[in-house]
Amino acid sequence: MSRLLNALHPGDCHSFEAGGQRFLYLAPSAAVMAVDDVSAAVLDVIATHARSSEDITAELAGRFPAEAVEESLDELVRVRALRRVDTPARRPPIVLPLTPVPLSTMVLNVTNQCNLSCTYCYEYGEDKIVQTDNGKQPKMMTEQTARESVDFLLRESGRDAHMTFFGGETLLNFRVLKTTVAYATEQAAALGKTIDFSMTTNATLLSAEVIDFLAEHKFGVTISMDGPPDLQNKFRVFHNGTGSYDIMAPKVKALIAKHRSRPIGARVTLTKDTLDVRRIYTHLTQEMGFWEVGFAPVTASPERPHAFGDAGFEQVLSEFRELAQDYLAAALENRHHGFSNVRETLGEIHKGASKAWPCGAGFGLLGVSTGGDVALCHRFAGSDDHKLGTVRDGIDRTKQHDFLESHHVSNKTDCQTCWARPLCAGGCYHEAHTRFGTTNQPNLHYCDWIRGWTDTCLHIYGTIAQLNPEFLQQFEDANEAPQPS
Amino acid sequence: MKHLSPVNAKAHRLAAAVTAPEGVTAQRGGAAPEGAMNDVVALHTPQQPQGPHIPLGCSTVFAPGWEVDRTGGTAGLCQPVERDLFDCHLGCFWPAQVPDQLNRAPDWTKKCAAAQKDWRKIDIIFP
Repeated sequence: MSRLLNALHPGDCHSFEAGGQRFLYLAPSAAVMAVDDVSAAVLDVIATHARSSEDITAELAGRFPAEAVEESLDELVRVRALRRVDTPARRPPIVLPLTPVPLSTMVLNVTNQCNLSCTYCYEYGEDKIVQTDNGKQPKMMTEQTARESVDFLLRESGRDAHMTFFGGETLLNFRVLKTTVAYATEQAAALGKTIDFSMTTNATLLSAEVIDFLAEHKFGVTISMDGPPDLQNKFRVFHNGTGSYDIMAPKVKALIAKHRSRPIGARVTLTKDTLDVRRIYTHLTQEMGFWEVGFAPVTASPERPHAFGDAGFEQVLSEFRELAQDYLAAALENRHHGFSNVRETLGEIHKGASKAWPCGAGFGLLGVSTGGDVALCHRFAGSDDHKLGTVRDGIDRTKQHDFLESHHVSNKTDCQTCWARPLCAGGCYHEAHTRFGTTNQPNLHYCDWIRGWTDTCLHIYGTIAQLNPEFLQQFEDANEAPQPS
Repeated sequence: MKHLSPVNAKAHRLAAAVTAPEGVTAQRGGAAPEGAMNDVVALHTPQQPQGPHIPLGCSTVFAPGWEVDRTGGTAGLCQPVERDLFDCHLGCFWPAQVPDQLNRAPDWTKKCAAAQKDWRKIDIIFP
């Protein structure tokens, strides 16, 4: 009996091999450890069922000295890669910051109108949560509201503030965007804070004047674009159904040619009908000249025709894996590769991010609606159910506290046995709301995909760590503002 | 550590924490929180692993129990009554009262990550 009580079984961790080396990814610490031969053998022995340390030592007696096995067991228990059967799993306590977290990024929905009618759009389609058509929220943000938003951001931020303009189609309200940038620059300087700007656009309204303005103010620009003409024109259409490729592509090229101070990225929405990751990537980087391309599966409830089924997720994963191999090959030769999904995940793995919440929505990042309501993020901006305050009256701290407490990963029962939770923490609130009707729910339809993708990125990380560790230096001080999608 | 080598930033901090001498307390945000594994330890017994210890269980700790509160009711219990179900399995290990989780029913509490919330999800096990 006592032997059983002392038995060890695998803790919360994921074992993987890369570059000829065995590694462990430990949850919840998010540490990546390289494992020597003794520890690898121990992990193999214990993989199937709980064993006492005496049994493990006996089983490995022919291969390793008992002393080495015992040392290894001790180390594995210390980092919680192994757990004694009689020790309960520890669930991290829900610790909320005692003082408000400074606001880092404010996403300003300067309009909820759009000149395209992308059929998968979450803002207008059947899954929308914000009433954009009944006049509850103004169609355009006024200059006054935009100024109040700037004041709000500079009041709530630390030394550095990031401001992102979003829509609808952001450039439909270029007039307000322009004056807001001037006001924000002036106010930030007066307060001794730094502020930078970014925006997301469909590129159809990029004129020479707009391009000059974006270049002059060093805007971080993200272009929503789905790939070559046949894929771009499938969903990204004007109100009359005409595809948008021919209008926007030359404008994107003009922007990339002129605006050289910050890399310009493309943001691709994948649907089950436009699943050709490598062709899209090649077109966007080589034909269009984008520095980086990020992909995200469309957010849609399962009954929508463009939504992914299980087979779709598998296909996305295998296409992502192929492109990720190209990233790895480039990384080993110190070349740039623009598959930003990999780069972002590698950055998080390198730091050892272990998230209590899937993203900064609701504390470090907030969305502001056209009327000045403050919500979790831009995807919820304007929804009364997800309102956290207004730019005039500030954040309702009780509501914010309740939100953070109830959405903490420790409250997501399904996530407690998953090794990928340090990076996922249950996934996007908006996705969960669309699929399950509540932001509380972990995105269970994504789990296999997230674990598959995290495993792929861990392989890449491990291989780079083995064969070209200097490449990882770039992630040491990476402190970029998150880009809304 | 001899058998594990830290690779990412968090692993370096973890390695520093688990190899630090006893009695040194963790420092928030420090690059190498020396001795974070040896925080305040209560009711330490030789079988327990090194590290911060949050006591679970009944008679050996200061929990007043969960049958009744000091007024004789159940409203003021410091632990929810559902813990009673679960604690025979973890804290007290009272094998006659719970399914045999070592051999026959290793996953019977798999869906019950927090007893007070999830106790309805505990599997029914037929011997």
